[in-house]
Amino acid sequence: MKHKPRLPQGLLTTGSITLTVLVLFATLPGYASIYTVILLAAIFMYIVLTLSWSIFSGPTGYISLASAAFLGTGIYTSAIFGKMLPLPVVVGIGGLASFCLALLAGALTLRLKGIYFSMFTFGLVELIKHLMLWFEINLTGTRGRFVIVVDHITVYYVMLVLLALTILTAYAIRRSKFGLALQSIGEQEEAAAHTGVNVTLVKVSAFAISAFFVGATGAIMATRWTYIDPYIAFNYLFSFMPVLMAIFGGMGQLYGPIMGATVFAYLEEILITRFPYFYMLFFGIILIVSVLYLPNGLAGLIQGWQKRVWGARYVHP
Amino acid sequence: MSILEAEGITKHFGGLTALSGIGFHVDQGEILGLIGPNGAGKTTLFGLISAALPPDRGVIRFKGEVITGLKPHQVCRRGVARTFQSVKVFPNMSVLANVMVGSFFGRPNTVSAAAAEGESVELLEFVGLSAFAAIPARDLTLANQKMLEVARALATAPELLLLDELMAGLNPTEIGLAMDLVTRIRDRGITVFMIEHVMKAIMCVCERIMVLHHGEKIAEGTPKEIAASKTVVEVYLGESAYA
Repeated sequence: MKHKPRLPQGLLTTGSITLTVLVLFATLPGYASIYTVILLAAIFMYIVLTLSWSIFSGPTGYISLASAAFLGTGIYTSAIFGKMLPLPVVVGIGGLASFCLALLAGALTLRLKGIYFSMFTFGLVELIKHLMLWFEINLTGTRGRFVIVVDHITVYYVMLVLLALTILTAYAIRRSKFGLALQSIGEQEEAAAHTGVNVTLVKVSAFAISAFFVGATGAIMATRWTYIDPYIAFNYLFSFMPVLMAIFGGMGQLYGPIMGATVFAYLEEILITRFPYFYMLFFGIILIVSVLYLPNGLAGLIQGWQKRVWGARYVHP
Repeated sequence: MSILEAEGITKHFGGLTALSGIGFHVDQGEILGLIGPNGAGKTTLFGLISAALPPDRGVIRFKGEVITGLKPHQVCRRGVARTFQSVKVFPNMSVLANVMVGSFFGRPNTVSAAAAEGESVELLEFVGLSAFAAIPARDLTLANQKMLEVARALATAPELLLLDELMAGLNPTEIGLAMDLVTRIRDRGITVFMIEHVMKAIMCVCERIMVLHHGEKIAEGTPKEIAASKTVVEVYLGESAYA
């Protein structure tokens, strides 16, 4: 959180760059190939997952592994309501369902600290997966469901809107009183409580806000999979990817998780198409190298360059 | 008039009785000292007042209202602020931001960003940290981190301030400054309740002293009475205090 208002000029530059990028992306389906559109929608998905994760886990240091639970909740919302309701409503319900799940899970478990919280969130994915499996087999008599198909361009635009909303929310939180409270909790939770921060309320609401975007993303991206079952919807990969991407990008800056997710998602695409048998191996090596040599992620690397080129005083701490 | 009253405060940790049936009061506008050997239950008592821990039995009233059963942030917003024996600043936040957390969240009413910043700047000057406003709190010396905790606590606009060993680990010069600070805090109209092991400080600054030993209150009185009390000397001060 910066307390001195930034120069209006800087804000203007940031604003105009953001606007240009947004216009570029909004008009992209008009001239780009359908492959690019599909790839970008996938990258947007990873950015939303990573950025939402970092809204809560970045400042507080509570490592959540619940992303897959929230994504899966959104996916199932889409599978259940997709045929009955219009798409924007389904996406909204997906987000709200995850929001409520996070409120409940958060209220029950955010008193847990450190590794215990991570373990619980990990367990949450498994719990809901098996609950869903039991429900489907015993009550609906099926195991999987078909999801209504939506064309690629629509998926792309919905993801673009979700991405813009996530970035806006993350930015607003970072610069707000609420963001300061979150940070104080991460720095020294006990002192924060005794300084008047309602730690439970702040943690639970941040957890729920971050879950909203993940759930909404699940609801729209489910239309891509066409067929889902609990194993597909509640895949652990989606719990770990956001964490890895955020670490890879660096969590100190807003652009860290965005950059981490973009590079990671693109890398995954390249590796999986060029080296289908070795891509996990390459992936692992890249991850190990980045953890060893980029402790502050890509964002840290960029700040390092900035320091060398312009001198330390132009770099935000 | 007493601002804080406690009756029959009892706290056990498993089989250990940290406090057994303590009763006391803090008068409005005074500086009350709390002394006792290590393990006497002093910090536990502060924990109970600030709601870090729930008491097993007993009631604590602040300005006539029961505060036992409230959450820490609620007690803080009612007007009871505290510092910590082992410093707990927000290490990676700027010194100014540390204090602003107090202005923003520690009060019953909402404070605008400009007002919070203005007051925080003033409080940093009050504790002598103006020069360090922009640096991360982790880069301060121990003494300055303690001063920062005081500023952060004052930012919550307290009526009662609990100081847990403010002077432990400070050098003689810093102790002098801290003693002066405590008096100046009281002069702002804030009641001070302080745990301290530095006898010189406690004897000079406090109007009244309470002594705990093994979770029980063994004495209470003016510094003179406490220094003369045979029980206190036996359990805590030691023979040299006679001199």
